[in-house]
Amino acid sequence: MAEAKPVLMQGNEACALGALNAGVRFYAGYPITPSTEIAEQMAVLLPENGGVFIQMEDEIASMAAVIGASIGGMRTLTATSGPGFSLKQENLGYAIMAEIPCVVVNVQRVGPSTGVPTAPAQGDVMQARWGTHGDHPIIVFSPASVYEAYYLTIAAVNLSQKLRQPVIILLDEVIGHMREKVFIPEAGKLLVEKISDHVPADWKPYDEKGLTPLVPFGFGHYYHVTGLFHDQYGFPTGDPPQVERALDRLHAKLDRYRDEIVLTNYIGHKEPRVAIVTYGCTVRSARSVVKRAFWQDRLPVGLLSLQTIWPFPAREVEALAKQVDVIIVPEMNMGQLVGEVDRYACGQAKVIPLNRYDGEMITPDQMFELVGRWLP
Amino acid sequence: MAPIEQLTQDFLRTKKLPHIWCPGCGNGIVTAALVRAIEKAGYDQREVVIVSGIGCSSRAAGYLNFNTLHTTHGRALAFATGLKMARPELTLFVIMGDGDCSAIGGNHFIHSARRNIDLNAIVINNHIYGMTGGQHSPLTPTGKKATTAPGGTLERAFNLLELARGAGATFGARGNAAQPRQLEKMIIQAARHKGFSVLEALSTCPIAYGRKNRLGGAVEMLKGMKDSSIAIERAKEMDEAELEGKILNGVLFSFDAPEFSSQYHQSIKKGQD
Ligand SMILES: Cc1ncc(C[n+]2csc(CCOP(=O)(O)OP(=O)(O)O)c2C)c(N)n1
Ligand code: SF4
Ligand SMILES: [Mg+2]
Repeated sequence: MAEAKPVLMQGNEACALGALNAGVRFYAGYPITPSTEIAEQMAVLLPENGGVFIQMEDEIASMAAVIGASIGGMRTLTATSGPGFSLKQENLGYAIMAEIPCVVVNVQRVGPSTGVPTAPAQGDVMQARWGTHGDHPIIVFSPASVYEAYYLTIAAVNLSQKLRQPVIILLDEVIGHMREKVFIPEAGKLLVEKISDHVPADWKPYDEKGLTPLVPFGFGHYYHVTGLFHDQYGFPTGDPPQVERALDRLHAKLDRYRDEIVLTNYIGHKEPRVAIVTYGCTVRSARSVVKRAFWQDRLPVGLLSLQTIWPFPAREVEALAKQVDVIIVPEMNMGQLVGEVDRYACGQAKVIPLNRYDGEMITPDQMFELVGRWLP
Repeated sequence: MAPIEQLTQDFLRTKKLPHIWCPGCGNGIVTAALVRAIEKAGYDQREVVIVSGIGCSSRAAGYLNFNTLHTTHGRALAFATGLKMARPELTLFVIMGDGDCSAIGGNHFIHSARRNIDLNAIVINNHIYGMTGGQHSPLTPTGKKATTAPGGTLERAFNLLELARGAGATFGARGNAAQPRQLEKMIIQAARHKGFSVLEALSTCPIAYGRKNRLGGAVEMLKGMKDSSIAIERAKEMDEAELEGKILNGVLFSFDAPEFSSQYHQSIKKGQD
């Protein structure tokens, strides 16, 4: 890889730059705090790079425009926050069903409703999973730093192209607005996977055999795209076996590429007794707990941070639960991902939530105190 | 009248036929006019894209052998905007129902008009929500009955073309399923017009609208439609009393104004030079 030079930038800027370097050339959005900087960056970067920036009339239209542009062959991004994320759900479901790649950034703020526009929260974890109706698969990343915002955006773009599946980046307001030093590899040296170049003669848009690249409109492959259940040529069907197969197909994609999708990181004691499982900006407080408890005091403490929260890293949590007595799950909400952790701990470890939902971060002291209580 | 010629088989997905529409439905007539218009205008199959919303009329996309995009209810123009901006060289026809376009999709409709983006909106106006079984739409005339307006709707209807013009559309025409030749010509004119074009195609829904309002079957409805419409050129010579209850037909407005997608792409080229 080419030499990386350090740059001071905001999480939101890192998202925009990551998208650009991953080949995104289309952005449609509607302004909303605390995500607006992403749109403002894209409004500058895209025209300079021959891309399209368009401010749409609302978030429903933004999501629709992004899908339309993806069908035209562009790599696409849209960004929003809670109220706008709610509006995007309808067409997000469409993109999943029709297997149209796109990346959606939700810079979370305190909800419900208009909530506290400028304060951080992690309240959209379950909305990101189940916000659009139906039994759909979803991929959701949760960056813990500006650099993670950068490279997870690149991963999101490539993964979404490869799997023809929307990817959501659930950014925390704290990360979105924080300035941090990041090392950005020289532009042009990044690997951008391009899979739509080689179209086999018998190409089908929804091949039953599995993944097929999306052949953009306008190249003489006439097919139908719909949000209705469809056969492998894209035509509507209500036939029960075909409906079942089509839904299985959507989930099978994610199952097959699970190891590329599910990203986690463990730091701390080799034989921990108490572990923290968390994601997003809360990882930062947890890291300083591990620094103090393990690196300094050699206590049996570890941290499993989840860069991918959906599909849920079940395997990793299961393995961890077999090792520890207690898993602490700090979240800036009333307890959302903790239910999943508990589910996959399978009674092997005690799972304890640590919640804060007043628009402030969970402090290292808060976490350290709770960890201390459960150490042998 | 000369018999209408066979449709070009290349442009139809004949294996998908017969269509799902009820006997007497006007959707097929409008769709056939579109196919003939595309052929006569001489478009290359690969440069044409059909986008549609949700409703009986929007199912037309599935029968047409092009790249076809059947979207979500009301959102067809927003999808089309993204596609047109990404691929300005494509010619897009956007088929919508009256409810699809003017109720749930009203916002996207006025903003597409405001941008004057080169999309060809074909609004199949049967004055009712056909697919969901006959609820009133923003284009149901006051007093007409619907399942959700059993005593006749009190609401006033939009004048769709006035709405489009006010919002910035640069081409507006109205035709009807009883005069398919004229529809065909207007579709060609709309497609050749550079900017946001709206074609309101009045159509019949004998099942969910005609029956409820005692308008007779398809034949009576088509006849009524033809009798009440009057060409814009003729209307100019008539006074208000004569025009009472008449519906204007033809190209109501057409003028030049900067088109959004080409303007955008020119502007970024300049920036890159
Ligand atoms: C978000 C959403 N709301 C409601 C519906 C249900 N729905 C389907 S078609 C339709 C109305 C169709 O009426 P129109 O647009 O006039 O088309 P037509 O069937 O008359 O051709 C409605 C309300 C839907 N599919 N999606
Ligand atoms: S319900 Fe009305 S609009 Fe729908 S197919 Fe039947 S006749 Fe046509
Ligand atoms: Mg209708």
